[in-house]
Amino acid sequence: MESTETAHEHPGGQAMAGDEAGHEESHAHPRYMLVWLWLALLTVAEVAIVWFAFLPRVWIVVMLLFMAVWKALLVALYFMHLRFEPRRVALLAASPLPLAVLLILAVMMEYR
Amino acid sequence: MAGAVTYYAGRAPERGLAVYTQKVGMWVFLASEVMFFTSLIGSYIILRFGASETWPLPGEVLNIPITAINTFILICSSVTMVKAFAAAEVGDKRGTRLFTLATALIGSTFLGVQILEYRELLHEGFGPSSGLYGSTFYTMTGFHGFHVFSGVCCLFWASWKAFRGGYDNRAYKGLEVLGLYWHFVDLVWIILFTVVYLI
Repeated sequence: MESTETAHEHPGGQAMAGDEAGHEESHAHPRYMLVWLWLALLTVAEVAIVWFAFLPRVWIVVMLLFMAVWKALLVALYFMHLRFEPRRVALLAASPLPLAVLLILAVMMEYR
Repeated sequence: MAGAVTYYAGRAPERGLAVYTQKVGMWVFLASEVMFFTSLIGSYIILRFGASETWPLPGEVLNIPITAINTFILICSSVTMVKAFAAAEVGDKRGTRLFTLATALIGSTFLGVQILEYRELLHEGFGPSSGLYGSTFYTMTGFHGFHVFSGVCCLFWASWKAFRGGYDNRAYKGLEVLGLYWHFVDLVWIILFTVVYLI
């Protein structure tokens, strides 16, 4: 109750500024250029695998999906800052994933 | 932000989740977007594997090298976007202006390449009516392109705001929320590039 009163007295004021300062201190910025390099390298690797096609098709598909998920995770964790957000934000972000996986698995079961 | 504070009669809206309202809103929106694109991919799986027509091999119809470069372009725009946000967070107005505009321009480049790709494909007679392959290709990349287009419009608006000094270390939330959307569009493209072009 006490804290609500304080917030009421300073709308958008000190209480929030404090939170933001804490947020800023809680993490240094990730090394964005390193993430960029990884994303670029993985893209080159993806194209190379398809281009040279020296592996059985099943393996190519598995590797491609693995690298796509890897790249997506890099973007979500570092560019979208999910690694540095409170867990409840990460949960909110991940909430549609079980449904998405279920949907994809369901349609794939049709063509086993 | 000021509007939201007034609306809640002075109570800081962050209290519940300890995350500001616009960010929560964007994440909920992105969750619905995940399902939207998943439904497109799900339909694609059904149509592709249930199709009686033979599906072309990767690179047979579509131009993989050009699209790989376009993928790289979109990844670069994600980097300039985080740089814009990072600059705003520390109050570097010049950096914010530069990187926001760069993101808008690089995003436009992606769209430009996609339009050229469509033109080329249509010229070769591969259109949305060219069987299931054509219709799924144009539906998936088209919806993604529309998302990029919306993002680019917002980015130009944000650049305009940045040039007028609208973002600093106390007002960077709009840029962060726009950034979340932009990175999501990049993330979706990473998945679509694999599903549509490479597999």
